[in-house]
Amino acid sequence: MASSFRRIGKLASKNQSWRYRGFSSIVETPNKSGDQLSPTKSVNLFSAINQALHIALDSDPRSYVFGEDVGFGGVFRCTTGLADRFGKQRVFNTPLCEQGIVGFAIGLAAMDNRAIAEIQFADYIFPAFDQIVNEAAKFRYRSGNQFNCGGLTIRAPYGAVGHGGHYHSQSPESFFCHVPGIKVVIPRSPKEAKGLLLSSIRDPNPVVFFEPKMLYRMAVEEVPEDDYMLPLSEAEVLREGTDITLVGWGAQLSVMEQACVEAAKEGISCELIDLKTLIPWDKEMVEASVKKTGRLLISHEAPVTGGFGAEISASIVERCFTRLEAPVARVCGLDTPFPLVFEPFYLPTKNKILDAIKSTVNY
Amino acid sequence: MEILFSKSRSLNYLLQSSRTCWHHYRNKSAAIFFIPRRFESIKAGEQLDVYNYKEDYHDGHDEHQTLNFPGGKVPITSQMKFISESSEKRLPCYRVLDDDGYLIPGTIFEQVSKGLALNMYSTMVTLQTMDTIFYEAQRQGRLSFYLTSTGEEAINIASAAALTPDDIVLPQYREPGVLLWRGFTLQEFADQLFGNKADYGKGRQMPIHYGSNKLNYFTVSSPLTTQLPQAAGVAYSLKMDKKEACVVVYFGDGSTSEGDFHAGLNFAAVMEAPVIFLCRNNGWAISTPVTEQFRSDGIAIKGQAYGIRSIRVDGNDALAVYSATRAARQMAIKERRPILVEAMTYRVSHHSTSDDSTKYRCVKEIEQWKTAKSPITRFRKWIQRNGWWADQNETGLRKNSRKQIVEAIQAAEKVEKPPLTDLFSDVYDKMPSNLQEQERFIRDTIKRYPKEYPFDVPQ
Repeated sequence: MASSFRRIGKLASKNQSWRYRGFSSIVETPNKSGDQLSPTKSVNLFSAINQALHIALDSDPRSYVFGEDVGFGGVFRCTTGLADRFGKQRVFNTPLCEQGIVGFAIGLAAMDNRAIAEIQFADYIFPAFDQIVNEAAKFRYRSGNQFNCGGLTIRAPYGAVGHGGHYHSQSPESFFCHVPGIKVVIPRSPKEAKGLLLSSIRDPNPVVFFEPKMLYRMAVEEVPEDDYMLPLSEAEVLREGTDITLVGWGAQLSVMEQACVEAAKEGISCELIDLKTLIPWDKEMVEASVKKTGRLLISHEAPVTGGFGAEISASIVERCFTRLEAPVARVCGLDTPFPLVFEPFYLPTKNKILDAIKSTVNY
Repeated sequence: MEILFSKSRSLNYLLQSSRTCWHHYRNKSAAIFFIPRRFESIKAGEQLDVYNYKEDYHDGHDEHQTLNFPGGKVPITSQMKFISESSEKRLPCYRVLDDDGYLIPGTIFEQVSKGLALNMYSTMVTLQTMDTIFYEAQRQGRLSFYLTSTGEEAINIASAAALTPDDIVLPQYREPGVLLWRGFTLQEFADQLFGNKADYGKGRQMPIHYGSNKLNYFTVSSPLTTQLPQAAGVAYSLKMDKKEACVVVYFGDGSTSEGDFHAGLNFAAVMEAPVIFLCRNNGWAISTPVTEQFRSDGIAIKGQAYGIRSIRVDGNDALAVYSATRAARQMAIKERRPILVEAMTYRVSHHSTSDDSTKYRCVKEIEQWKTAKSPITRFRKWIQRNGWWADQNETGLRKNSRKQIVEAIQAAEKVEKPPLTDLFSDVYDKMPSNLQEQERFIRDTIKRYPKEYPFDVPQ
């Protein structure tokens, strides 16, 4: 199922073609780790993930990390050093079979272990869809809480990298947001990735954790070296504003942030929210923001039709109808397969967002 | 191609059948017949000297000449010979008792004590009676659905009897006998079927989706074969915990066509997980016969391709199933490896109460398997011949189990349904705000339209 093109991510940082996205350093946010004095180190996102996995394996002897090519450190280097430190029985390669990886992980998790499974690219998660949707998500419910696989965490890199084409670029999160019983989490930065991944691993429910592979090497930030967790199902206001609320997650937030900066130059005050957990999501925080600003824009890389933006839009219209000054705007991927040469046209770029901000504010 | 053929002695070598040497199944102690093999792996990248034939070339095959590949050394041959699509003879079926319940002379099997034999027999009869009465209850409209194990009682009970309570069972759905053997009461079965308050599954799943944490029996789920890769994961956990236990995962012939069959066997083999893959090859996947399911000689032969030791047994011979499962268990645990057992049988019943199998198969065939080939009858002949059982015991057993089952149904029918809150609990460990909101909404709606909702679900 996976292609021979899997090492694409390693090349991402060397390739210039994604530069048009104009990534800028991610938003500064207060340290929410609870320990302001914790020593920090400037690391990129894959290193932050790697730290979290080291901590997870170290803090719980019943935790396991596995997936395709995980043993030598993984094609994105997220599992570097784990097998050497914790042994090949706890950190191991699996056969190339996504439904096997997730099925095996469910069984392991059902025995009171923390099973941290890697799907090499989110584009290849679909052979495991049945195991995730029909098995992991219903394991607790169908047994009347006699059994659960809450120790299961499925990590998968998602999203555009500039040259990934159909099968190294997709953002499949909305498929999983339609499944009661699992949680879907997407971090935006190294510090967030570490804290949210540790929470996901330790959460007593199965979690699908999508990692923005665009940011693996590009996003660098001060990350506390200690063990810390960030709460699931809690969104965060990254930038306060009064004219319009922008909601996004993962790598898209940096694009949205740039649009907010541009809009500010034109006198528009944007409030930017990182949803972090897509299900169950923090509706209350988005609702409170929209009640304040009266306008909402959602942006994601996945195709606009049936994307999670549609759910946010519908929910907020239900709750804030009389407070809305304009229709809810969605700036998302196009309804085409993810294209190679046409990627710059497909993506919800800064100027598309900026235009949508202006037309919504001037509605 | 021309160059390769030019020195070949005859093109007759092409497509010649390879003779697969089947292991002898007189398993004194099954393990001694097998030499565990793990090919020595070498690093890739060495130059492969494919032209180094020398004089051995004329023999067409030279054990001393090998090629080094990443998976290990491979002998070379000058014959272009394809492996046959099947062996010349079908894989034999291990049997202990013949059709009349006589021990086959020279057969080697695990001895079964009188006490164990009688327990096995009475549990098979209870399973059969349970199926008859629950099936009738469904026909009377008291149950929404049912599915029997008729004809497969020996696989159910004899495999269960060969395990210990610490062994973990991942069922498909035609193995309630395993649960019965482990002590699930008739009342517990009835409670699940009626989806009442006492059902451990809180009335959320269709009838026959039993499960018991206490009895190490994972809850049944309808999707086929999903339990196989999970079994590898469960078994890996047992191995890491150094438990003297294995996993037994059940499935049918149809299941082997699913991708998860491949995933499960391959993962278990590679991870060296102590799992017994127990296939009930009953000939039918609803209306699809095995001839339309696969072209292979059944299931057991597939094991070898995965590096899994395998056996085919007569699933209607309780002593054969018991012996094979015992041996499989011992190898799985002691040697930390998966074992594949193919139990040959026949699905005497319809697939379920939603099916009428006479539409796609011959009634005479069904009848023959139901009577002459019944695993219960065969086992009874053996215990009766041993002087352990008499006709009067039979009457008492059947009467008693029928009475208990009828009472269980009557009791289960009277128990109220699970409370409405169980609709929303257990989706997650804690109820998220969207579900709290939806619960409030439903409760509010019920107040306004009380007659539209089931009266027997407490609010």
